Amino acid sequence: MAETIKKNPLSFQLDPSDFLPASNEEKESLVVMRESVGFWKDGLRRLRKNKIAMVSLVVILIFAVFAYIVPVFYPYSYREQIKYSENLAPFEYSQKEQARIDAGEDVFPHVCGTDRSGRDYAARLMMGTRISLSVGLVASLLVLLIGATYGAVSAFLGGWVDIIMMRITDILYTLPDVLLIILLATAMKEPLANLAEQPGFQWMKTLGPNLISIFIVFALLYWVSMARIVRSQVLTLKESEYVTAARALGASNGRIIRKHLITNCLGTLIVTTTLQIPSSIFTESYMSFLGLGVAAPVPSLGSLATDAVKGMNTYPHLLILPAVIISIIILAFNLFGDGLRDAFDPKLKS
Amino acid sequence: MAKYVVKRIAMGLLSLFVVATLTFFMMNLVPGGPFVAEKSISAAAQAALNAKFGLDKPLMVRYANYMTSVLQGDFGWSLKQRGRTVGDIITSKFPVSARLAGVAVLAALCVGIPLGCIAAYNRGKWADSFIIVFATCGIAVPSFITSVLLLYYFGSYLGVLPTIGLNDWQSYIMPATALALYPAAYITRLMRSSLLDVMGQDYMRTARAKGVSSFKTLFKHALRNAILPVVTYVGPMVAALMTGSFVVEKIFTIPGLGGEFVSSITNRDYTMIMGTTIFLAALVILATVVVDILYKFIDPRIKLK
Repeated sequence: MAETIKKNPLSFQLDPSDFLPASNEEKESLVVMRESVGFWKDGLRRLRKNKIAMVSLVVILIFAVFAYIVPVFYPYSYREQIKYSENLAPFEYSQKEQARIDAGEDVFPHVCGTDRSGRDYAARLMMGTRISLSVGLVASLLVLLIGATYGAVSAFLGGWVDIIMMRITDILYTLPDVLLIILLATAMKEPLANLAEQPGFQWMKTLGPNLISIFIVFALLYWVSMARIVRSQVLTLKESEYVTAARALGASNGRIIRKHLITNCLGTLIVTTTLQIPSSIFTESYMSFLGLGVAAPVPSLGSLATDAVKGMNTYPHLLILPAVIISIIILAFNLFGDGLRDAFDPKLKS
Repeated sequence: MAKYVVKRIAMGLLSLFVVATLTFFMMNLVPGGPFVAEKSISAAAQAALNAKFGLDKPLMVRYANYMTSVLQGDFGWSLKQRGRTVGDIITSKFPVSARLAGVAVLAALCVGIPLGCIAAYNRGKWADSFIIVFATCGIAVPSFITSVLLLYYFGSYLGVLPTIGLNDWQSYIMPATALALYPAAYITRLMRSSLLDVMGQDYMRTARAKGVSSFKTLFKHALRNAILPVVTYVGPMVAALMTGSFVVEKIFTIPGLGGEFVSSITNRDYTMIMGTTIFLAALVILATVVVDILYKFIDPRIKLK
């Protein structure tokens, strides 16, 4: 049909062939080749490209394996006191163990030596790492739970409720945290120990009342900044169109918070929680150092370092090992958290 | 402006009141009393002591009594250190902690600000990477570990620095280093990122285009603006160093307020706990309020709510 229309070469008439429907081939060539990348995929891709963050993640995973899995089949336990094997240097055997080796027996070496009471130090280090990591993880999750709920509710309800709730966080924010941590930890030590004796609360003994009081102290004090971050996020999100649409469709407040607001702040929540972990570990080791941490014989990295201070001139490795492990764990979590922030915090997207 | 200052101070006082109340009730939740542990004291004497310090009265009455006497500036007698008032103990111990914290603050600022500037100015070069590594590691090492390692290496192994007390200037080196490492590393990071931010601003390009030397742009234009986040951090930092030096004081056996606070808790020395907590909390709150107000004078662009 196109051929039937004659075109005057000198006229400014448009070329009719330009207006023919496109063939399938032409259509395909116009399709954008890159598939649309969602928030998670995009973030994970950026995270994977970040070498420092990936190395930190690997370091964290290695420590987690040593803390949670290796002790299960490690030949020594953290509380077992081996007689005549006190204060061994790394890879040193006591006379008794040497005799067993000479008799043809297999004796697992004390990789990091033993401590004053003849406990295998490698086993204690692994247990200490487990406690420190658990404190970091559980405390951060509690902080996340309390902080996110508080912040979301405050921002969502708005008005005078918001004002009062934020005034409370303002006051909590100015409280000197170290003082309160020490006070709270001491105050809760004995009531919790008594509670653990009651029927129905026996499970607390396996965790140790001290550990639980540490969790509670952290949860009570550190949720404030989390609440502020979530609040500011929710304040911007709740003005968005899809929330108005959801409300127009009759969604309840709870549903809007759960389905729309929380899911959309998830990136920020993950980043803030990850960065909370090292600071919890930091504070726990600090408290253990003051004697307010976990109860003996359960070690944490902080209490291991404290115990080693007394004998540091003779047995420096007992001090240096836990010190180095704490520092590496905190460093790895900090760097990984920074990497997560670069990957998932949309505000920093360049 | 005046309204803001008054509001800030009122908030600070409210916080202080909350701290005092929380501490009072929390401390009384702890089982045991100041005189229970002492076996040498008979039951009758214990009762007499409790009566003397008003510990036999109901909790609310004691709370009201304590608060009124604090408002009159009286922190009471120490229950454990016989014959000394809490005010006495604080005024004798606090200067020691304050001097140490002051040295640490100065050290942190003198190290952190230049390092941050050098890093930002040489962005991407080896000096920058080197400083970033220092800053990242400095944030990851708890102060008690730094102090213990310093103590081991310089105090015991090399034996070049004194390990106990704060008697001469050399004895300040190790505790102040241990205390200053974290804030110095933090300030370095803060300074670097805010200076990089400022250096990308239009007015910096304008200044360079007008032919101002790069040295002068750095000091007259960039630094003045970039230092603001550091100023905000200094308030909480001073407070944290004053209150958070417990561990360092314990390791280096420095007779400061921190050790006094920790031992008062374990001894259930009620008046001492209250006195030190109120005093230290007041310091922390004062530091934040002063910085908040100062901020307005340093940066007129900030609108106060």
